[in-house]
Order: sequence, then C-alpha cells, then structure tokens
Amino acid sequence: MARDFSINRLPGFASVAILTFFLLYLPIFTLVVFSFNEAASMSRWEGFSLKWYEAAFQNRQVRDVSIRSLWLAATAASFATILATLAALGTTRTSKFKGQTMIYALINQPLMVPEIVTGVALLIFFAAIKVQTGYTGMGYLVAAHTAFCIPFAYLPIRARLETMDNTLEIAAADLYAGPIKTFVHITLPLLLPGIFAGLMLGFVISLDAVVITEFVKSAGQDTLPTYMLGQLRRVVTPEMNAIATLFLLLSVLAVTIFFVLSRKRA
Amino acid sequence: MTRSAFRLTLMSLAVMSASITAANAQGVLNLYNWGNYTPPELLEKFTAETGIRVTLTDFDSNETALTRVRQGGHGFDIVVPSNNVIPVWIEEGLIQPLDLSVVTNFDNIAPQWVDVPFDPGREYTVPWAWGTTGVIVNTSLYDGDINTSDIFLNPPPALQGRVNVIPEMSDIITMAIYAAGGESCTTDRDVLRTVRDTLVSAKQHWIAMDYGTVDAYAAGDIGAGVYWNGASMRARLQNSDLAYGYPQEGFPVWMDNAAVLTDAPNPEAAMKFINFILEPEHAAMISNYARYSNGILGSEAYLDPEMKGAPEIDVPDALVGAGRFSESCSAEATNIYTQIWTELLQ
Amino acid sequence: MDDMAGNKTEQATEIKETPKRHLWNWILCAPALTVLVFAASGPLLIVLVYSFLAPGSFGGITWSFSLEGWFRVFFSRDIFDPEIVSLNTAHLTIFWRSISLSLQTTIICAILGFPTAWFIATRPQHTRNIWLFLITIPFWTNLLIRTFAIQEVIRNQGLINTTLIRFGFIDTPIQMMYTDFAIFLGMAYVFLPLMVLPLYAAMDKLDIRYLEAGYDLYASRWQVLRHIILPLVKPGFIAGSILVFIPSIGAYVTPRLLGGGRSMMLGNLIELQFGQGRNWPLGSALALTMLVLVVGALVLYIRTVNREEEPRHG
Repeated sequence: MARDFSINRLPGFASVAILTFFLLYLPIFTLVVFSFNEAASMSRWEGFSLKWYEAAFQNRQVRDVSIRSLWLAATAASFATILATLAALGTTRTSKFKGQTMIYALINQPLMVPEIVTGVALLIFFAAIKVQTGYTGMGYLVAAHTAFCIPFAYLPIRARLETMDNTLEIAAADLYAGPIKTFVHITLPLLLPGIFAGLMLGFVISLDAVVITEFVKSAGQDTLPTYMLGQLRRVVTPEMNAIATLFLLLSVLAVTIFFVLSRKRA
Repeated sequence: MTRSAFRLTLMSLAVMSASITAANAQGVLNLYNWGNYTPPELLEKFTAETGIRVTLTDFDSNETALTRVRQGGHGFDIVVPSNNVIPVWIEEGLIQPLDLSVVTNFDNIAPQWVDVPFDPGREYTVPWAWGTTGVIVNTSLYDGDINTSDIFLNPPPALQGRVNVIPEMSDIITMAIYAAGGESCTTDRDVLRTVRDTLVSAKQHWIAMDYGTVDAYAAGDIGAGVYWNGASMRARLQNSDLAYGYPQEGFPVWMDNAAVLTDAPNPEAAMKFINFILEPEHAAMISNYARYSNGILGSEAYLDPEMKGAPEIDVPDALVGAGRFSESCSAEATNIYTQIWTELLQ
Repeated sequence: MDDMAGNKTEQATEIKETPKRHLWNWILCAPALTVLVFAASGPLLIVLVYSFLAPGSFGGITWSFSLEGWFRVFFSRDIFDPEIVSLNTAHLTIFWRSISLSLQTTIICAILGFPTAWFIATRPQHTRNIWLFLITIPFWTNLLIRTFAIQEVIRNQGLINTTLIRFGFIDTPIQMMYTDFAIFLGMAYVFLPLMVLPLYAAMDKLDIRYLEAGYDLYASRWQVLRHIILPLVKPGFIAGSILVFIPSIGAYVTPRLLGGGRSMMLGNLIELQFGQGRNWPLGSALALTMLVLVVGALVLYIRTVNREEEPRHG
C-alpha cells in the first residue's frame, strides 16, 4: 500500500490517539446509555425510560446547582483567562527582571497545595471578611475559583507564547503600528489557540473544584460537585447520569454554536 | 471568532446571574443539612403552608459543618449535626434553645429520644433521623451468623477478600473497641493494642475501604462490609440476598438532630420549620426519603410499606442492648485513634 | 524556579529591554497577582501560622506556640509507650506513595497525550478545534460521575467483562476494580486534558519547515522526533507535566473509588487531620511539607530539562 509521505506523520501516533479517544469516550458512552435506564440501578438494564430526566428537571435543587456551577465556571474561567493572558505577556519574551521568580511562585502556588488546605485557609479568611462587611454573595466563590484557575490558564498560554517567534510583531512595529494595534492584529490572533486552551482548562477545572467550594460557599451556594459530594456517602441515583448527559449535550451545543459563529465570520 | 464568542459568554452570563443570586431575600429560610437527606416535597409543603421559601445547602461531614459555622458569616438558619458533636455545638454557643411557644409539637418526640445524653431534656435540638452502623452480608456467599463484627474483623473464609469497610475512622475504631471488650472513647492501652492488631490483621481480607455504592453490593462486586442501615435497606431492595447484621459485640447508634443557629438571620422561620418537622406526617416524609427512622410518635402510620417492620429499621430485641450512642472522644483518645488509623492505612 | 521562564525566550526576543518594559511586566501581572494574593497565597499564611500552634479541642487551634505539629510530620511517639520516639515511617510511606503515583500518572499521560496532541495538531486547520473540543467534552461531567462511569466499565459485571464473556474470550470476569490498573486508568482519565492542551498549544505553532529541513537531511522519523519536534514543543511538555504532576499528588478520590482506598494518599492524610483527626497544626505542617517537596521537585525537574538542552544551543 503506497502511502503519501506526509511530513507530519509519525508512526503509531494516530493509533495511540484513536485509542485515547476510545478510552475517553467508553465510560461517557456507558453513562449516557444508563441515563435512559428504567431501573434505579446502574448495573442492570431494564428498558428505555426518560424518568431520570424528569426527576432531574423536577428537582429544584439539582436544577439550581447545575446552573450555578455553569455560571461560576464560565465567570471564573473568563476572568482567569484574561488575567493569565496579561500575566503571560508580562512574563515571557523578556529579559530577567526583579521579582520574576516571585511572580512565578505566586502564579503557580494554587497548584501546589492540596485543595483542602486552600479551602480551610480561605474559609477562615473569607469568613472574617463576611462578618466584617456583611456581604455573603457569590463574589467569594468567583474570587476563589478565579485564583484556582489562573495557573491552569496561564501555563498553556505561556507555552504558546514561548513557541511563537516575534518576527511578525517586529515587522509590524517596523511599519509604525502602535503597540496596541500590533497586539490586537498580530499577537492576539497568534495567541488564540493558547488562550482557548487556557479557557477550556479553566472551565473544566472550575467545574470540578469541590473542596474549595465546600469551604467557601455560604447559604444557598451549592454547586454540582458539592451536591455530588453529599451524595457520595449515600446513594448515587441515575438522576446524576441524566444531569451529566445534559451537561455533555450542553457542551456539544456550545461547541456547535461556536463553530457556526466562527464559520460565519470566516 | 473571538468577538462572537465573547459576546456569547456575556449574554449567557447575564441570563444566568439572574437565577444565581436570589438566596438572601426576605422570608427565606436557609437549611444546612447532610447531602441527599432532605425530601424536596417536605420543603415545598413548608413553603406552601407558610409562604417561607427554603434554600437547602449540603455538607458532607460534621467537621466541615462545625468549622464552617464556627467561623461565622455563613447565613444559615438551621443545621443538622450528629449526636456525637451536639455537645460541642451547645458548649460553644453555636445553637440556640428551642422556643417552645413556637415549637408546640415538642411532645411528639418519642419519650426515649427526649432525655438523650447529648442534649438532656432536648433544650436545643429535635430529632431529624437516626440509624445504626452495622454489617451487610451477601447471604448467597455466607449463610452463617451475621450479627457479629467478625464479618469484617475476622471474616469467614467465604467472605475473605470481598469485604468493604467504610473509611470512617471513628465508626471503625469504635466497633473494633467494642469487639475487644472496651468502652467507646477508651484510652486503655491494652484494649487499643488489641484493636490495632485486630484491624491490621483484618485488613488483608478487605478488598476496599470505600463508601461502597449500593450498586456495588447489589451487583456482587462486594460480598460484605460495614454499612449504614438505611443504605443497606436500599441495597436489599435491589438484591434480596443482602442482609443487615447488628454486631452483638456492640454497634454504634447515631442520631442527626435539627437545631437553630445562634446567629441565624431568620430565627422565627427556623423555629416554625423545627415545629413543622415534628409533625408525624412530615417526619415520615424524611424517613421515607432517607430510609432512616425518625423518633417521632405517630409517624409509623405514614411510613412506606417497605419501611414498616424492615429488618434494617427494627432492631431485634435481643440485640437492642448492643447498640450504643456514639460519642465525641477526648483529644487524647482521638490522637491515638488517628495514629492507629494512619498506621492501618499507610 | 526562575528558570521556568524558559531561557530560550531571551535569545528570541528583540523587543526593547528597558526598565520601562520591566515596569510594563509588573503592570501586566498586577491584576492576576492581586487576585492570587487575595484568594490563594495570602490566606495560606494562616496555614503557616497554624502549623506552629497547638490543636484546639474539637478542630481549630489554640493560641499557644507549639512545634508538635512539625515534629509529628517526621517523628512519631509510640502509641503504647510515648517515651519511644522513632521516624514516622507511616507518613514517609504515604508521601512516597503519592509522589510515585503522580510520577507514573505523568508518564502515562505523556505517553497517551503526546501522540494525541500531535494527532490533533496535524489535522487540517478547520477541524483542529473540533478535535480539541472532543478532548475536553468528557470533562464537562463531574469528576465523581466520571469516576462512577469508569467503575461501570471495569467492574466484574461491567461493560468490558460482560462483552468478553459474551464473545467467549473469558469464562470468569477479570478483576479490574480495586487494582492498581484501575487507579492508573482513572488518574490518566482525569488528568489527560491537562497534558494534551498545553502540548497542543505548543505544537500548533510548530514551523513545518524545520521538519522539512530534517527530512531533507535524510533524518529518520525517529531522529526528527527526537531532535526537532521534542525540543521545539518542550515548553508545552513542561507545562503539561507540571499541570498533571502537582494536582495528582493531592488526588485521593480516584484512588479511593477505583483502587479501593486501602492505602492512604497524601490528600487523605491531610484531610484526616483537618477532619476527624482534629489536628489542624499537624495538617498544616503536612501541607507545607508537601508544598516544599513539590517546589523542590519542580526546581529539580526544570533544571534537569534545561541542562539537557544547553549543549545544543551552546
């Protein structure tokens, strides 16, 4: 069999990639199938039913925590990505400067302590502010999640910046484009894959951040993970499979809309 | 591409934020309870009768709840801690005495649950639900006596390598202490030496130390284990081979209790809710949902048929004496237990 | 740690390097630093203070200076005879278990993630984002639900075993639940996107002319991979390994649900002290020890990776 000599092809890589995708989707597939299961059990199939979706929709708490989780993840990941992009621009492609080490340490710090420790520290600190100011809104959770997401957003963006050469930017500067113009028209578009990767990472990290949320939340601020945590010691119903399936659907929907919009622009 | 994505994000944020931050409005009651423990119908009915909206927030352990409330600024009105930590809540002034002018259903509490050691005379708390920690066994694997802690401390050959033990330090150490003939919270070194040796040698027969889902028992992945009675009942309803045993050496009895927080933003509504759950019909709702008993007189009439007389709910007369209220142990005892536990799980 | 900046960038950069530029660096970093100090690092000082205090009677602390917490990280008094003091082997065992699990997870993620990222980066431009999304879509479901779903696949009556039995490959189910295999599967599953995304971000911009040049010089595919691709995507690789390695040190839900949790992880140990163990100072000291270990490992890792590169550029 004659194959094109593709420069990009590396032997075996495609097979490993396909295997990886297969492994990723096998449990997801099971989860989706069992969300339509008639039985209350996740181990036996007893026929098709939508009753778990109905149950999930009728459960106000499940509805509330799902929406809150999505909102929090979107907000925190957006903030974190913006802040991380700025920080990445400030720390790459520059000579060493005073305090650089400290900046790296600070940015990566949330990664390096277990969530329970950050959780306890934040609980004590935020509770004091809550008592002082009387404000108990979502701001604390947004701040905590944003801080937690920054290193996850920062690293891919910086990795991108480091592999980007700056010929184009220098060319633009030579053509008397101002720094802002250069940034918007040259740097930002080139940086987009990194920003995009950072945003996605931040989003999924925030969706999963359970221990921090558990300690920071005030009354009425449960998210899906803290709600799930409460179930861990008791019973996990297929209702949860239904919710998970809906989240998957939502992610596919978001992706589709994103592509339709970007196609239109292109 | 970015601009449209950005606009989309903004739009969805605006839509969503409307539904996020409505928790602290007037006439809202904030309930802080164990996860998956509060029937939604109960809250809906309370709102329908009183016009007070209820917001439910979950906690996953007594320690988290205590830490959270102790630090202040939480916004909760009612909390539902377990019996062993209630004295701490009272001592630290975190919960307030019941207002008997509102809690008129107080007399519905079954007499044996009024003068309890953790809150003598029930000045602060009312029962939410109670249960036991025992053993669950798949009787198709082993049909011997299951009312013994040997099921996990010295498993019969048929169950070896198939036992799951819940990763709850205090429950497991306490059960091992009972089996060694000691009292809960003991610091007696001889007893504790036996406890450690028993646990270390038993561990080789355990397949897991996990909370173990009902499914894992029902599907036969796990053959036996330490489990709570309510969860055990759910498992049996899926697989009739499963049976719940009450270790005759001694088993922990626990009770979760509702109380109004001292710094509750809405104490009037909170007292109304306390009174509300003392109605037999409402107590039965809690039981039917969580599959645990409630300690309220007259609630039996409203229980689901499969709860009535269920072996997981009715403790056999011969074994009632073996049940003991779990306690909160001294710092010294806890320190030793943590060391044994760390050694066991290293 | 300072080397994380990647010294490569210095040669590449010609944008003016003046004190003014350095001021700009600080201004650009300021918003992120503010949030981090307010909601992550600042509160951590509380943990540092707590590690030098005595435990409270039911969680929390009492305000009296004590080194007991730090002492107990490394040493233990015999339960039955407090006079006997020995090295705390239980803690050391747990530390080592967590570190080795993280290392292995990082390696597995790299083995699966590198080809996957390459596969995505070499798709036609307009489909790359679709593949990228395919990597992240499973992570829109909650960690716990995902882990339960993995259980459904590998349990004795699960998808794999029932399928194999139905087609007659095996007679009795293969025990996969509660094994090390299950732990690695689950850990790789949880952390894979953290490896793939940074790798992809680095590969996407890789200049194809370097590869052409390599092949023009009759380099084999292996040589091109080793000497051209790997060095060029190194920043992505470093970022990916950091993102996988560090959080997996604290991971304990996956080892418990899939591995059975018969052995403690560092995360459990610390959680135990803040929870049922009611010894916050010990928990704080353990957490800070872990922090020091992680930072040490990072510095070592980055030094090693960068040293490897030196001769080629020098």
